[in-house]
Amino acid sequence: MRVRGAFPYGAPTWPGSVPRPPVERRTGVDFETDWARRYPARLARAVFVDQVLRPVVRALVPPHVHGVDRLEALDGPVIFVANHHSHLDTPLLLSALPDRWRHKAVVAAAADYFFDTRLKATLSALVLGALPVERGRASRRPLDQSRALLDDGWSIVIFPEGGRSPDGWGQPFRGGAAFLSVHTGAPVVPVHLDGTGRVLPKGATRPTRDAVHVTFGSPLRPEEGERTNPFAERIEQAVSVLADERATDWWTARRRAATRTTPSLAGPDAGAWRRSWALERGVRKRPVRTWP
Amino acid sequence: MPRPGFVLDVDRSTPPTLFWHGEGFRLERLPTGSRVIYPPEPLDALNDPDEAIRRALLEPLDSEPLPALLKPGMKLTIAFDDVSLPLPPMRQPDNRQRVIEAVLDMAAAAGVDDVQLIAALALHRRMTESELRHALGDRIYDAFEPHGLLTQHDAEDPAGMLHLGTTDEGEDVEINKRAAESDLLVYVNINLVAMDGGHKSVATGLASYKSLRHHHNVRTMQHSRSFMDQHRSELHSSNWRMGRHLKAAGVKIFQIETTLNTNTFPDQFAFLQKREWEWKARDRASFLAVSKSLGRTPPRLARRIFHSINAPHEMTSVQAGEVEAVHARTTENVYRQQLVEVSGQTDILTMGLPYICPYNVNSVMNPILVMCTGLGYFFNLYRNNPLVRPGGVLILSHPTPWEFDPVFHPSYIDFFEQVLAETTDPLEIEAKYEESFATDPWYIHLYRTGHAYHGVHPFYMWYWGAHALDHLGGVIIVGGDPAAVRRLGFKPASTMRDALEMATDVVGRDPSITHLHCPPLLMADVSV
Repeated sequence: MRVRGAFPYGAPTWPGSVPRPPVERRTGVDFETDWARRYPARLARAVFVDQVLRPVVRALVPPHVHGVDRLEALDGPVIFVANHHSHLDTPLLLSALPDRWRHKAVVAAAADYFFDTRLKATLSALVLGALPVERGRASRRPLDQSRALLDDGWSIVIFPEGGRSPDGWGQPFRGGAAFLSVHTGAPVVPVHLDGTGRVLPKGATRPTRDAVHVTFGSPLRPEEGERTNPFAERIEQAVSVLADERATDWWTARRRAATRTTPSLAGPDAGAWRRSWALERGVRKRPVRTWP
Repeated sequence: MPRPGFVLDVDRSTPPTLFWHGEGFRLERLPTGSRVIYPPEPLDALNDPDEAIRRALLEPLDSEPLPALLKPGMKLTIAFDDVSLPLPPMRQPDNRQRVIEAVLDMAAAAGVDDVQLIAALALHRRMTESELRHALGDRIYDAFEPHGLLTQHDAEDPAGMLHLGTTDEGEDVEINKRAAESDLLVYVNINLVAMDGGHKSVATGLASYKSLRHHHNVRTMQHSRSFMDQHRSELHSSNWRMGRHLKAAGVKIFQIETTLNTNTFPDQFAFLQKREWEWKARDRASFLAVSKSLGRTPPRLARRIFHSINAPHEMTSVQAGEVEAVHARTTENVYRQQLVEVSGQTDILTMGLPYICPYNVNSVMNPILVMCTGLGYFFNLYRNNPLVRPGGVLILSHPTPWEFDPVFHPSYIDFFEQVLAETTDPLEIEAKYEESFATDPWYIHLYRTGHAYHGVHPFYMWYWGAHALDHLGGVIIVGGDPAAVRRLGFKPASTMRDALEMATDVVGRDPSITHLHCPPLLMADVSV
């Protein structure tokens, strides 16, 4: 942390004639998070999630959780893959995870956003159990770390869109989760989060009250010889089916899935206003601020 | 891999530069275009110093192995450097303890019974028991001191000195009788700077005033350019003549020299050894905590705190055998640690002086020692050419208190009050006053029985700066006691800015400025 003020109260300036040594990065993807998975940090996080996060989430946006029964037969580490609309998604999903996984899960988080300063990085790692990953590029270190964590019995929460939705519609899924599953054999559980984009959309600073739904899908495993890209498409399709299930009903969603007519998460291929129009289904409601 | 020293060109983005200021520090912003000479980083230490010592004794340079020189029934004397080395005193075990224990192990194995240890203090003060224990360790002290076999050189003991004739140039060679009459004299050095060691060890450390006066004089010091560069030092030439005369007279010397890295201060003072722009938050916090608390601490207590520091110096080399062969290798190792190449001289040289010099360990650095440290030691830390041009100005930063230690430095008080009140000209001082101080019975009594420096010692301190006084156009002391500074013949200044302004009266407008960054120690190799 840089302290402002004249040297020696503040950091010294660097003489122009002296070459700077390469800076050893300690933030971003290089931030060390091992400490956050040791018992003292895990205990602190468990207390925080159970005693603070879940009550707050329930009070603010009481979640309707569906499909937990689909995970009954599942055991061991899991890769949870969810769509991403809001900063609320991580606390919501963490608080909705079944007990088996809630206290031994890490969240893959954007290194450039959650780990850009040491303070944010420390809080992210401690409170959310976040693991820094780079958006838009496949770095070896996060992948190696994730594999090691899965081998060690940790589950991973991944938002494969790489960031929050800018307009309420989904973005293409990237292949990180599929890659991990293909290389570790860990099952992927598709999760659809609905309503968080209305409660706290990207760019908003204050949440509004609205219903949110968390729908867990059936676990997916890569088929024999299946490569990363086809599996990533299958995962995206599974989340789309869950979204359809939430918008219509289970039977309709299943039938559309069978005929490959499930609506895409990405929305219509149209101009900005028509996408917004379609998202709101022509009904624009003025958000009502009810909290705090 | 330690980084070498280098010369920084100060620009607008250079942070303020750290100056020693006695028992404190100052951060000074030097003008753009100034140069700062930064010392090399501490060299890596020997992995196993005890094994290195053993190998040096078994495989000496130009000499038989030490065990082959040790015989039952022989008379063995081991002389060692006194409290003036190293600075600050190093953490135990001191190099002297390591080396002397190794020598004594071999002497015991050879069945040598007649062994005596001598602190080679020349005309310095006698060491206290705690200082001897620190340097030699309790094992040696408890084995030798109760039997009267751990002694301190007494240059004024008529029965304890032996005159061995004169050199080709008529210089008296008179050294400690026990050392001269021993079958083997082992001398154990700590070579902190390039001046230390070689023939100077015995020819100075175990000599009398009668012998010392041939090289500790104004003419010799003015022709030692510098006395850190043996090949251009008249001080060393004289000592070398004496050393060779000793050899010809049959004094057999086995020289052991050790070098140290410049790891000078413990962790809490780590900022002292770093370049300012590399100070981390911890360094800045340490600096602020130390400097702010020192500012509120009585000077006497601050002095006691500083003098309690033991340096984490580590041994970087050890060599043993014939004096000149050993010293040549030692000097290479000292230069490897301390030498920095500098291109061109400067109009104004600035330096911050620390709380300690070789002659005020565990006491106050009085004004005469301030002069000696600045114009003697620091000014002479050069090879080839002085850092400051002839007629240039030297700016020192030191509180320079008008304060003396009456136990350690009694003759300094009279020198300051009587001699410097009359004149600061070294030649005049030497001619008019030296003899009376050197032969004063009271000073001799205090030197022999107490812990006082010899009566002539303040003269030598003044002569130590004679070359600089001859070379410089002016000396300014920043932050010193104005009365004490004026008594020294220098000009006082309150701030560095004032001092630089005052210096332009001597060197002209737009002068070049160079700062000697210390600690740790460095030696400038100046080309013009």
